[in-house]
Amino acid sequence: MIIDVLLVLMAVIVWVLGRSRNLFGVIILSGAYSFLMATLLVALDAVDVAMTEASVGAGISTVLLLGALFLCHSEEARPVRKPWLPLAMVISVGALLVYGTLGLPEFSNPQAPIHTHVVPRYLNELKEEVAVPNVVTAVLASYRGYDTLGETTVVFTAGAGVVALLRRRRKDREG
Amino acid sequence: MRNDLILRVVAKMVIPFVLLFALYVQFHGDFGPGGGFQAGVILAAAVIFYALIFGLADARKVVPEPLVESMMAIGVLIYAGVGVAGLLLGGNYLDYFVLDPDPVHGQHRGIFWVEVGVATTVSGVMLKIFYMFAGRGKVDE
Repeated sequence: MIIDVLLVLMAVIVWVLGRSRNLFGVIILSGAYSFLMATLLVALDAVDVAMTEASVGAGISTVLLLGALFLCHSEEARPVRKPWLPLAMVISVGALLVYGTLGLPEFSNPQAPIHTHVVPRYLNELKEEVAVPNVVTAVLASYRGYDTLGETTVVFTAGAGVVALLRRRRKDREG
Repeated sequence: MRNDLILRVVAKMVIPFVLLFALYVQFHGDFGPGGGFQAGVILAAAVIFYALIFGLADARKVVPEPLVESMMAIGVLIYAGVGVAGLLLGGNYLDYFVLDPDPVHGQHRGIFWVEVGVATTVSGVMLKIFYMFAGRGKVDE
């Protein structure tokens, strides 16, 4: 019930986002979208993901986008051509993705492959092996430690990339 | 926004609690929701909030840029260092069981330091990106 309401609200926001030309409104609405998404994730009992969505999606992204808005006009320019080709492209890719989801196991089906592979082992032996009550933390940091190391390296690389790109620009402007 | 009394007072009241919450999310991540990534982002958000209210120059004084840049790399090094520590103690890379005579304590220790590494890198990168974006324009400096 709550999930349905949230999904309808999110769909409304996406519709308004598509119609709006005022970039300030767009940024605030996408922040609202992220908060709805975070609430949805709480309703789905994925509190860790909800926390990340609320802080990154609604918090930091909004601030960065507002910072970018400060550097440009607040009204989106009218496109020169009618965007029929991109629209058709997006709709067909979207239809393809929806078609792909039809092959997935039913939502919260306990017999789904993801729940029968390593998850039972994690849940059953976690108490003796790791003894950390939060399964998400245990899987992320211990069982999947290599993945998280890679993830941290990706974050570092992203930061280094931004530093490399923006620094050079500034020097160009001075010189 | 430096001259807005309400914003200044509210910011001064809220920021300590945001920082405290970041620490809670970090160190309570084993038991409740949260962990290094979330804590790092919340930590960065607190500093960004400070920068929005009191200006970028003041934020740079509190959290200087060289510190932020080194945090980006130090976090990854801490994480990778936990792996190397496992190697030195006779286990595999990122094997936490050997970090303590009691294997379960070893797991706790490993997870703790790994999360510290994640939080350090994430908050460093978030802050650095914010500094770079905010420093480009005329944003309140």
